[in-house]
Amino acid sequence: MVLQSLKNCLWLSCVLRTPKACFWSTASGGLIIQSVSNDVYQNLAVEDWIHDHMDLEKQQILFLWRNSPAVVVGRHQNPWQECNLRLLRQKNIKLARRRSGGGTVYHDLGNINLTFFTTRKKYERMGNLKLVVKALKALRPQLDVHVTDRYDILLNKQYKISGTAAKLGRTSAYHHCTLLCNADKFVLSSVLKSPYKGLKSNATPSVPASVKNLFEEDASLTSEILLDAIAKEYAVQHQIDHHITLINPADETLLPGISSKTKELQTWEWVYGKTPKFSISTCLNMAYKGSILDIKVNMDVKHGRIEACNIDLPEQWLPSGLHSELVRSLTGSKFCPNEITTLVTTLLKVCPQDDELHSRWSLLCENMIRLM
Amino acid sequence: VCIHRVRSCSSIRFIKSKYVCVFDKSALKFSHQQRLFRTSPVSCGQIVQFKLSDIGEGITEVTVKEWYIKEGDSVSQFDSICEVQSDKASVTITSRYDGVIRKLHYSIDDIAFVGKPLVDIEIDPSKGVSPEEDVVETPPMSHEEHTHQEIKGHKTLATPAVRRLAMENNIKLSEVVGTGKDNRILKEDILNYLAKQTGAILPPSPKAEIVPPVRKTEAVPAAPKDKARRVPVPVSRPIAFSGKDRTEPVTGFQKAMVKTMSAALKIPHFGYSDEIDLTQLVQLREELKPLAEIRGVKLSFMPFFIKAASLGLLQYPILNASLDENCQNVTYKASHNIGVAMDTEQGLIVPNVKNVQVCSVFDIAVELNRLQSLGSAGQLGTSDLTGGTFTLSNIGTIGGTYAKPVILPPEVAIGALGKIQVLPRFNGRGEVFKAQIMNVSWSADHRIIDGATMARFSNLWKSYLESPASMLLDLK
Repeated sequence: MVLQSLKNCLWLSCVLRTPKACFWSTASGGLIIQSVSNDVYQNLAVEDWIHDHMDLEKQQILFLWRNSPAVVVGRHQNPWQECNLRLLRQKNIKLARRRSGGGTVYHDLGNINLTFFTTRKKYERMGNLKLVVKALKALRPQLDVHVTDRYDILLNKQYKISGTAAKLGRTSAYHHCTLLCNADKFVLSSVLKSPYKGLKSNATPSVPASVKNLFEEDASLTSEILLDAIAKEYAVQHQIDHHITLINPADETLLPGISSKTKELQTWEWVYGKTPKFSISTCLNMAYKGSILDIKVNMDVKHGRIEACNIDLPEQWLPSGLHSELVRSLTGSKFCPNEITTLVTTLLKVCPQDDELHSRWSLLCENMIRLM
Repeated sequence: VCIHRVRSCSSIRFIKSKYVCVFDKSALKFSHQQRLFRTSPVSCGQIVQFKLSDIGEGITEVTVKEWYIKEGDSVSQFDSICEVQSDKASVTITSRYDGVIRKLHYSIDDIAFVGKPLVDIEIDPSKGVSPEEDVVETPPMSHEEHTHQEIKGHKTLATPAVRRLAMENNIKLSEVVGTGKDNRILKEDILNYLAKQTGAILPPSPKAEIVPPVRKTEAVPAAPKDKARRVPVPVSRPIAFSGKDRTEPVTGFQKAMVKTMSAALKIPHFGYSDEIDLTQLVQLREELKPLAEIRGVKLSFMPFFIKAASLGLLQYPILNASLDENCQNVTYKASHNIGVAMDTEQGLIVPNVKNVQVCSVFDIAVELNRLQSLGSAGQLGTSDLTGGTFTLSNIGTIGGTYAKPVILPPEVAIGALGKIQVLPRFNGRGEVFKAQIMNVSWSADHRIIDGATMARFSNLWKSYLESPASMLLDLK
């Protein structure tokens, strides 16, 4: 309690010093802000910051944001289960883990994100979504959109155009949702399909759905128009000015502590390490010298690290010392292609320089790395 | 330790069976997990069942997803206890009490019910009725200290977290003035006390300045009373430092380093260093840089260094060889796969440019660009990282002049390049001119490489770089 009020004091004193003093004014019952950044980590950090530092008793907040291509998994999800990590790496699409629950979504500039900040007591998702639907209908009365009891918004009763998630803390809460305006559906469907087989986990699974862009329904709709319409409706319902304040998530003066929050969201420990414990039980089919080898592999991964590992190789296919060395090296390492590649290439350097051995080793390791 | 404990507790009631019965079975079950101290003189804390509070929206059940604490941990009010999930909402449950966690009612992935107990917390008995004991941890201070407090009847009110902080810093709670409710000692009070001790600068506290009470045990300077100012006397108390050592297992990149370097240790290294005048090369690169840019490639000095090395290796192939484990055979490698040490976020990696002997300087630059972008994205493949025969390490980009590089097995030589400095040198006419000087430090495997070979290779490499036009004569 002391720490919270101390933070608010510190924060307020910062505010009063800067010309943005009128910014976080608590005069009105609501505030609409929009991020100038398209960086998913920065924007998620803003959510964290508001959740941790703002007193939402007198003033609720609507936060509008868009991201450059990124896949965002829910707090308790397994990225390996949810998306094609190989494709993400190839296409340079970022992977983020948010603090709210729910399923995995694909963001790009054709998708808008809305976050409704309230006190814990005033947390109410249905109302927020109905606000969005009302705004859409006010904009284009012929649009067939409605809210389902799973907190999705459906277009033409068929296509999902919005998904929801929420985070509740001790005194504050937020509900955020996506809205598909003009996202790249092709990339969306390809990145959200996991190629990894044999995964067993209790992580929250996503529920796949057919999606459609609002733009496809009405080509005159753009992200800007939609953002504005929703802001307008929020303003009406909260009896405030229809005024959107821009904020820069990199502004440490306005949001003290934001850069460390941003950094934390980018750490491997958060993005991958927070994956609930899971196991992999699969078979590597390796083509070697005209025949196919079936190698059974079992791995337990906890906190994103290989806790236990078992590779069933044919007798003497690799010298046994090397086989156990491989297993020993893998144990405790991150379930991450980069780290494992470095480890296995190093191991190769310190073992006998035999071409046959090298090619077998490379083949096995490349197949193992493909699991990650 | 146990014996010591018994001695110091002589004035305190020994544990009797009736005290054991005070705890319910669950508490007793966990007490054995902690150190022996716990079962001794009791804190008759009340065990409260902290129920899962209402989530809102009529939700009655949630799934427990993560515990932030475990049984036996101390918690303060508002500390996070666990994360639960219900229908796309993730909820952080925080503690309502100060105390010690005695029981977790659920495991990960269990369904928890609103209104039912989530954890059992033994409330910190801060109402001051019973003697207070610090729980669970081995106090660095002697036990006499604590019991001394109690015997005097001096009741210090503080949460377990605050007590722990005091313990870690060897602070006697009796000497700290509490500014909380009922003179309770708060974390801020400990920090202020520490600040006074170490003279450390802490962020300004909104509370009034705290004056520490006169310490009876401290050596009071025998200063004459007429002196206006007190001479500062070194305090017998140790300097408080609340940092803690942190132990982590060696994994990943570090593990790879350990393996490589342990193997490298077996190689008897010798070093050879020299100074290269790159004045002409600098000029040449300036001319060629825009040409490369037109072709979409960034041209650094490395492609020149690498190509010159390959030309040198053609004359001294033993530097591009490999010695087998028993030192029975030397294998002269046909390909010049020259490794380039790269510093990434995760650590050191050494991808190599394959077959430099048939590559042009431009080809090498293209390949380097590719390896560098993959390296910084953490996406280098196994083939990029294996098969190296000779390595160059451009430590000069970070700094330094001379180095003592370590050979990467199974190779037999390595070169470390220092930074390019502008230094005065004498030319052929005895005049001083501005020279672009870079130092190179070679290390080689003395089992098969001798000093003369290394020196001659270095001279050849140096001559190619000092007059780049000479490279044209030998380019294949």
